[in-house]
Amino acid sequence: MTAIQNKLHPRQIKPAKMVSTLLRWCLNAFIALLFFIPFYWMFITSVKTLGQTLITPPTFWTWDPQWNNFAVVFQKVDIWGMLGNSLIVTAGTLICQCLTVIPAAYAFARYQFKGAKVLFGITLATMMIPSQLIFLPVYLMFSRWGMINTYWSLILPSASSAFAIFMLRQTFKQVSEELLEAARLDKAGELKIITRIMLPLARPTVVTLAMLTFISIWNDYFWPLVMTTKADVRTLPVGIASLRMTESGVNYQIMMAGNVILVIPVLVVFFFAQKQIIKAFTYTGVK
Amino acid sequence: MLRMEKIASAARVHPAAQTQLQKKSLFSKILTAIRPYLMVAPAMAVFGVFILYPIFYMIYLSFFDWNLIGEMKYIGLENYTDMLADKDFWQVLSNSVYYMVMVVLFQMVLSLLLAAYLNRNTRVNRILQSIAFTPYITSMVSVAFIWMWLMDSDYGLLNYLLSLIGLGPVGWLSDPKVAMNSLVLVSVWKGLGYNTIIIISAMQSVPGYLYEAAALDKTPKWKAFWEITLPMISPTLFFLALMNIIAALKVFETVNIMTQGGPMNSTNTLVYNIYQYGFDYFKIGYASALGVALMVVIGFFTLIYFRVLSKRVYYN
Repeated sequence: MTAIQNKLHPRQIKPAKMVSTLLRWCLNAFIALLFFIPFYWMFITSVKTLGQTLITPPTFWTWDPQWNNFAVVFQKVDIWGMLGNSLIVTAGTLICQCLTVIPAAYAFARYQFKGAKVLFGITLATMMIPSQLIFLPVYLMFSRWGMINTYWSLILPSASSAFAIFMLRQTFKQVSEELLEAARLDKAGELKIITRIMLPLARPTVVTLAMLTFISIWNDYFWPLVMTTKADVRTLPVGIASLRMTESGVNYQIMMAGNVILVIPVLVVFFFAQKQIIKAFTYTGVK
Repeated sequence: MLRMEKIASAARVHPAAQTQLQKKSLFSKILTAIRPYLMVAPAMAVFGVFILYPIFYMIYLSFFDWNLIGEMKYIGLENYTDMLADKDFWQVLSNSVYYMVMVVLFQMVLSLLLAAYLNRNTRVNRILQSIAFTPYITSMVSVAFIWMWLMDSDYGLLNYLLSLIGLGPVGWLSDPKVAMNSLVLVSVWKGLGYNTIIIISAMQSVPGYLYEAAALDKTPKWKAFWEITLPMISPTLFFLALMNIIAALKVFETVNIMTQGGPMNSTNTLVYNIYQYGFDYFKIGYASALGVALMVVIGFFTLIYFRVLSKRVYYN
């Protein structure tokens, strides 16, 4: 259609239009660089020598990458152990959230029971209370139970999610009642209804919520920092953050090498699943 | 084996077998009645133990003097009177509020502009959205590290770039007048992509016929944006504003990693202050009173949000 139009009316390049196109490309490049350069700076610094980080003007490229910086990071921080801790805590949180969120969302969506409104109201209200507000009393509780420096102190406080219950309830509500009646006539128990009908139908929501939980727990620095004192239960972000303080002053090339280790998995996952991830986050803002 | 047979035969001839069946149905009736409660119980237990109870525990602790090791001593409102009389508390509070206002202001204005710019659904725009979104899914530790290095006052890239256009070195993180603004910059940079994408998705759900009608009336584009787009996406903007307010009030990571509250306490915020009093000075009661203060601030903004929201819904 436009091709035909172009043939009928050969497009004249107007100077005003050229300027605006040019301006647009400049602006596009500026936006891209604004977010690209800091990451580039991290990567390039991670393979510099200490001397190269301490000169002006700074070097923007190096022909002699210092891979040894990464070896130093592995020496200073138990990367594999902390990676394992991150995996355990993230997987544990995901499993616990499945066990608490799915039945609660189902009950709020499908049953009418006394107190449902109050309980659901409490659930929504907890969304407004950040963990940064209550970390001190929770820490004292765990220390009274002797559970500081255990995985439990990292998993249990986020073993349920009000946001996930809210979202999954919306999805469960959309399933037609007839479908459930048919299943009940076939003598399917509630468990079977949830696992065979509800969850498959709610799959996109469940995957989205799992992704959001995964990213937030994986990246979390505050909670593991507060709840643990020993390196052997700490997660990767806390471990990498500890590179900030070394005996020999600040070594930015080592810090950035550690940072690359922390960032790479996230960037790789984001590169391949950016559509789904952006969709998942869009979901958090649409109410 | 023998015993089992015995029990089985006893059950067979037992006259109470009938009532047992009835009992079972009564049991299943009870089960049906309490089933929803059983299903919400695990989630409610988590919320109760790890969110609601700690709030009351924190309020309780704020009336005591306690250093974790010694006896807890009830001192009434002394923590609160100390807090209100402490100049540092007012500085920390005003730091937090300043940080919040700046982050929310810049975040909303810049993401609105960026969203208006990237709104058209083209390939280039989608790629730019993805690029802008990248910092949001990386850990705050990474972002803080990267900016700490960029903002280094001697060898940082930012000061080098400034020197190219003849501007003197800025003490991004070492100048008390600048440091808080630097943290604002980092936070806005990290959250810009997320806010932009949420606003774009709200913009794209505005019905197209409104713009067609405006185009027929020859309404200029900026006016259409002001009179159609903004009012239509205002619920999303309100929601984002509240989320940004709460996120800004709970700032901790950048403070802890980049400045440790300094220089001269200029970047000390409420959460970091609670952390200091709890884990560095072991003044649990005072830290709890600070926690209550933070709760009041968060509650205040949440309440305003819901007031505005309910009014809007009412008038609509």
